[in-house]
Amino acid sequence: MEGKDIEKRTPVPERPVEERIRDFGEVSLGYSKEEAIKEAKRCLGCRRPLCVEGCPVGVEIPAFIERIKEGDFKGALRKIKEKNLLPSICGRVCPSEYQCESKCVLGRLGAPISIGALERAASDYGEEEEEEMDAPPKPKRVAVIGSGPAGLTCAAELARDGIEVFVFEALHQLGGVLRYGIPSFRLPRNVIDRQIQRLKDMGVRMEGNVLVGRTIPFSDLRTKEGFDAVFIATGAGLPQLLGIKGENLEGVYSANEFLTRVNLMRADLFPQYGTPIKRGKKVAVIGGGNVAMDSARVALRLGAEEVYIVYRRTEEEMPARKVEIEHAKEEGIRFLYLLAPLEIRGNEEKELICRKMRLSDELDESGRRKVSPTEETISLPVDVVVVAIGQRPNPLIPSLEPRLARGRKGEILVDEEMRTSLEGVWAGGDIASGAATVILAMGMAKKAAQSIKKYLGVSSRE
Amino acid sequence: MGKIVRKEPLAEGVVLLEIEAERVARSAQVGQFVVLMPYETSERIPISLHNWDRDKGTIEIVFQVVGRTTNELASLEVGEEPYALLGPLGKPLELHKYGLVVCIGGGLGIPPIYNIARGLREAGNKVISIIGARTASLLILEERIRSVSDKLIVCTDDGSYGEKGFVTDVLRKLLEGNKIDLVIAIGPVPMMEAVANLTRPFEIKTIVSLNPLMLDATGMCGVCRVKVGGETKFACVDGPKFDAHQVDFADLKRRLAMYKEEERRALEEWKARI
Repeated sequence: MEGKDIEKRTPVPERPVEERIRDFGEVSLGYSKEEAIKEAKRCLGCRRPLCVEGCPVGVEIPAFIERIKEGDFKGALRKIKEKNLLPSICGRVCPSEYQCESKCVLGRLGAPISIGALERAASDYGEEEEEEMDAPPKPKRVAVIGSGPAGLTCAAELARDGIEVFVFEALHQLGGVLRYGIPSFRLPRNVIDRQIQRLKDMGVRMEGNVLVGRTIPFSDLRTKEGFDAVFIATGAGLPQLLGIKGENLEGVYSANEFLTRVNLMRADLFPQYGTPIKRGKKVAVIGGGNVAMDSARVALRLGAEEVYIVYRRTEEEMPARKVEIEHAKEEGIRFLYLLAPLEIRGNEEKELICRKMRLSDELDESGRRKVSPTEETISLPVDVVVVAIGQRPNPLIPSLEPRLARGRKGEILVDEEMRTSLEGVWAGGDIASGAATVILAMGMAKKAAQSIKKYLGVSSRE
Repeated sequence: MGKIVRKEPLAEGVVLLEIEAERVARSAQVGQFVVLMPYETSERIPISLHNWDRDKGTIEIVFQVVGRTTNELASLEVGEEPYALLGPLGKPLELHKYGLVVCIGGGLGIPPIYNIARGLREAGNKVISIIGARTASLLILEERIRSVSDKLIVCTDDGSYGEKGFVTDVLRKLLEGNKIDLVIAIGPVPMMEAVANLTRPFEIKTIVSLNPLMLDATGMCGVCRVKVGGETKFACVDGPKFDAHQVDFADLKRRLAMYKEEERRALEEWKARI
């Protein structure tokens, strides 16, 4: 390969802005086979690959990329699935630029290799094979609470080794945050459906409309229900609100509510679907994370004329993925920085009153630059406000089971093997970490699955 | 699991459904509710539990056919299954021995009063129940409520049956000359507010069961947020029962009216379709 080609990434094709903002179809089109092979050929195949260290589940990245180079997508997919059973999801939503790609040595020459896009290509073209279920069935039963990324990963890891797994989901559809939180233009519904079907094919039993703690008492799982172990993966479902005046006005949503109405309940198809949503002309989304970007882009697709991201710091401190910020900007979302909401006034036509903030050189505990308030305020005319300032761990099970040790933010405390303070009970994903990413949740779920297998005396295939 | 085994009209536009739901029946406790979706395209709506039978593995709910979703629910026949049923939800009512308890049900607040009065009576309380409706033909479940109460007083707004007047008129009379230890009121928001205002000067512990809009009803979305004692609470997981003297009823009423126009459109669309 020519020296200068190695510095340049093969761009991932995307749907044109004018077209994509009118529907909920996927924005990224993914590589063609040829593009994937071209990008794969940039990989240096490092002998001590740093990228693998950057992957929370330890995918052997150079090895799968090597197979793509040879056009062997099936082999690439098989390689990924040794470590990651949800590649079509991770290839789309992993913040790879902060993980594997941030370690890639090519980054120093120009741009790191597009590992995320190649993972997706492997899942697009690798035509899934039947999961090898050669492990003999074991007389062990594990209950997994929650069908989000952590729950699905743990279930898959256990089922692969012949353990009987039951997944309980409170909502009527499976997938947890993948379903209610992440919009279809980032993660199409059929991709989630396919992954879940694969798990069912592996023998995982899944049941919706079961809220553990209410429908089945939590303490019954290991007793009356006869499970040998329990994995809690109930996520970070508790929305944080601002606590400002006017927050209860109509048209003021938590991001969880706004996204759930559309992603899960299909309010975009109201009134064919019964769940309504306020379609604002001017929408303000408060926050700077991926959930804020998702909310803003959903509002745009619901027909908003102007959508603002209102953030109290500046772009540099935004926790959202760079690609999401770029996509939002391309689509015409306006970014308003250094503004802290004070009050929401009015009724149908509202004003969002914000205090202007000033950036200081001091750093806070998260390593981001601190902001301090100024005397100045501004008023933003809006009709819908979405509050996307974070979620906290789902409090239901911990509140009903006082023997589960909890941390300061309500997260379930776990040790290095994801064991909780209760014998036979593990926890992972956002319920244990606060609120993080899909892949970190999966990393924790894998660790928990290893520990559960050890506890049950079941040896892993790996 | 999930099949409707009995469908019974209780009054004009008021339907009782008995549904197979073994786990819900087994776990149900006093004062809880369920969430239902009649069809895959439906909204998720909360409905109070009226009754449950742990041996049979069934639950009973009662609802009034008013909007799109309740019309959809009423369109299901015996043998059919609603698309989704989740429960039991909400914090159960704490059953202590309070002494003399007055249970008040107005209109569609009557069905949940049944299990509440029963539970409180089994906990050793003396229970006086008051049930009221606009008119005689809308008064439901009289005999059932009587069967779990030490005394039952019935009233109608128009005087067509029982005492003439509102449940609050009956309560006012009871407050004179009785030492009441607990009042529980379930019904339309203005009724619950009136009960709260009536018992406040007497400093009688008063509990209301709130009915804000809900979506997931598991504590995830916050649409059911209500102001109680100046704090934001989620009715689905922190409630639905709250201290009536602390509830901001004006805020609740505003939030309940949020989708009035959309609700009308959704109903029209459904009617046009069938």
